[in-house]
Amino acid sequence: MLVKRAKAALNIETPTPSARPVTLSFEYAPSLESADIVKLKPRYGLYIDGKMVEPSSGRYFPTVNPATEAVLTEIAEATEKDVDRAVQAARKAYEKVWSKLSGRERGRYLFRIARIIQERAREFAVLETLDNGKPIRESRDIDIPLVAAHFFYHAGWADKLQDAFPGREISSLGVVGQVIPWNFPLLMAAWKIAPALACGNTVVLKPAETTPLTALLLTEVFEEAGLPPGVVNIVTGAGATGAALVSHPDVDKVAFTGSTEVGKEILEATAKTNKKLTLELGGKSAHIVFEDAALDQAVEGVVNGIYFNQGHVCCAGSRLLLEESIAETFIEKLKKRIDKIRVGNPLDKNTDIGAINSKREFEKIQRLVALGKEEGGEFYEPAGTVLPAKGYFHKPCFFANVSSSFTLSRIEIFGPVLTISTFRTPQEAIMKANDTSYGLAAGIWSEKGSKIQKVASALKAGVIWANTYNKFDPSAPFGGYFESGFGREGGRHGLLPYLEEK
Amino acid sequence: MRSITVRGPEGRLLPILVPPVDEVGAQERADFFTKRSIKKESKLQALYLAIRMCDLTTLEGADTPGKVLQLCAKAKSPVPPGLFAAFAEKKKLEPIPSVAAVCVYPSMVKVAADVLRGTGIHIASVATAFPSGQAPLSTKLDDTRFAVEQGADEIDMVINRGAFLSGRYQEVFDEIRAVKEACGPAHLKVILETGELGSLDKIRLAAEIAMEAGADFIKTSTGKIQPAATLPVTLVMLQSIADFYRRTGKKIGMKPAGGIRTAKQAIQYLCMVNETLGPEWLTPDLFRFGASALLNDLLKQIFKEATGRYYYEKAFSLD
Repeated sequence: MLVKRAKAALNIETPTPSARPVTLSFEYAPSLESADIVKLKPRYGLYIDGKMVEPSSGRYFPTVNPATEAVLTEIAEATEKDVDRAVQAARKAYEKVWSKLSGRERGRYLFRIARIIQERAREFAVLETLDNGKPIRESRDIDIPLVAAHFFYHAGWADKLQDAFPGREISSLGVVGQVIPWNFPLLMAAWKIAPALACGNTVVLKPAETTPLTALLLTEVFEEAGLPPGVVNIVTGAGATGAALVSHPDVDKVAFTGSTEVGKEILEATAKTNKKLTLELGGKSAHIVFEDAALDQAVEGVVNGIYFNQGHVCCAGSRLLLEESIAETFIEKLKKRIDKIRVGNPLDKNTDIGAINSKREFEKIQRLVALGKEEGGEFYEPAGTVLPAKGYFHKPCFFANVSSSFTLSRIEIFGPVLTISTFRTPQEAIMKANDTSYGLAAGIWSEKGSKIQKVASALKAGVIWANTYNKFDPSAPFGGYFESGFGREGGRHGLLPYLEEK
Repeated sequence: MRSITVRGPEGRLLPILVPPVDEVGAQERADFFTKRSIKKESKLQALYLAIRMCDLTTLEGADTPGKVLQLCAKAKSPVPPGLFAAFAEKKKLEPIPSVAAVCVYPSMVKVAADVLRGTGIHIASVATAFPSGQAPLSTKLDDTRFAVEQGADEIDMVINRGAFLSGRYQEVFDEIRAVKEACGPAHLKVILETGELGSLDKIRLAAEIAMEAGADFIKTSTGKIQPAATLPVTLVMLQSIADFYRRTGKKIGMKPAGGIRTAKQAIQYLCMVNETLGPEWLTPDLFRFGASALLNDLLKQIFKEATGRYYYEKAFSLD
């Protein structure tokens, strides 16, 4: 059967005496992760004071599987009134329970949460993939393990805060309002909730309107872990809900991850208040490959830098800077490599790039790719990649010969679109890398350690990877400069925004 | 980029460029292929292909004509065709193919050649004072010529690791060229013995030297040294082959050998070849597994696909 099919596909002469065809095309049959483990309710309320409650407006909105465009379930829309209820619940929990617990006791809850997430990892991974569109390989191997790691890590800090800041008197802040994006829905929830709770605060969290499901499933984990009611509250909704939360007068601290545009609005809204604020915003990160780099591994790093999570990564290495002497070879290798990237059903274990999270983002990427073609970049996308007929799918692609003055070099695309320019000297590479209004991350590829050190110290970016990219760990602080925001998350640095120093 | 220069044919200077390898990155990329999930018809396709890529090997001091004849019988027909047909009927599976080659010591080549003539199964012989290669060049060349005369059409030579590790690259290069010449029409597989080279950078260098010197295949290991074939080592060698092809248009074959015991591992290698060099390398002419235990696991998995359950292991002959 197989041999016959291959014969038809490739009629290649064989030098061996045997009559068998010698070459086969090797298509990977679909290998689907079962979605049965996820039990969706027909609609979801708001999680306030340890209970699922109806929204005061009575309004619900749908959340869609971007790979099929099918509605998954309905989500409550929280109004200002609901947000107020949630903040009050958080305040009460803070004053009556959470602030009175010792660090060790808070740590016990966090350890419990981390363990339950590990136990239910597959359920979380499948749900994340359904709601977000990211490939199951990534939700299973990256997102969910990192979520558990963040809770474990901060559980460890809960009773050692004084050791983290020796000689300084520290205390919790109170009620924290947190607004998170749709690109790593549960991971961003973990980044926000874990340090807040470890430091003794209570939380009102608003997940993104297109990806609220894993945060809502997380409430079951809180129940199972016996977390006292009101310590974490989850209000769902769109921009208006977020605005109500960040401007609520009884919120002591606001933490936001999302677009630079919304970040600026939040900065304005909180400017005249006493609220502490951290912003983790967009990026247009440079990925520099020097002539003396390990090229085959650098190609992998570049692919991982821009095509990981459909390119929906704030620190994506979206501007590739190649030393001119290797540019041609590198681009040739990159083309061959992205021809092999598998785009398709996110639940297929062999999928490398899943679905773009929403129609809006999908159309934005298409618009920017069209603009890039107009601007004159040399466009490449794999000709052989076939996209599913339904769902928001985009091929991995890049523009070569892009100038720093092109729109595509300046604005964040947030999709699987890479721009490539060249440089001649390390000085020029540094200049080009820093020629941006953002400053979130950067990558450097060279086998020469001294060169890496020198270039890294000249780059203005919060995270700099050398000979790798997009590596995350709870112990490594993450955050940006300029329009990429301020404040750090993760590590000891990430505790400070959730503490008051006296 | 590192580069060495050797004297090639007619004393011409031949620069050999050796791009650096990042060990962490190579390991990470290699691990990626263990995450591919190959099921159903793709799995079956891969299992059949892997059988056709096997160099069924016996390289023991204790080898006898009797043992080699047993191996040849298994190479021709890994399971009795009638027995398989009974199982395969329902799923209409193709008959189990023969393997690509048997691989034996020079002294056993004639035994194998006599019974395999006309079957399409290649006769590979290790030569050049396998496995250590610690013999004078004249001995290595005699060893090679003897194997070819006896009927081997593929020679698996070992590089001179002593010379390589002390930086005498010219010597390594010259030896491979000389052996290639001694091979005549026989195909030459050059064993780098990667487990003795110490780093992926050195493996990449050895691969480049071997290809420039005329190797038709590059091969990881003798099977006598641990570690033998691994995914990262194979990946780096495949990337060398890709670069060599880009430069010269010549397709060099790859043979990981030693340590590949399961069908699951074999499929990981096939995915790696597919995604590094492309499907045009997925042929026994350009990719081989040096293995012996692997064959029975491949059979076991094919029987499982045919019957839906794991077949009683003792159904497959040990050699």
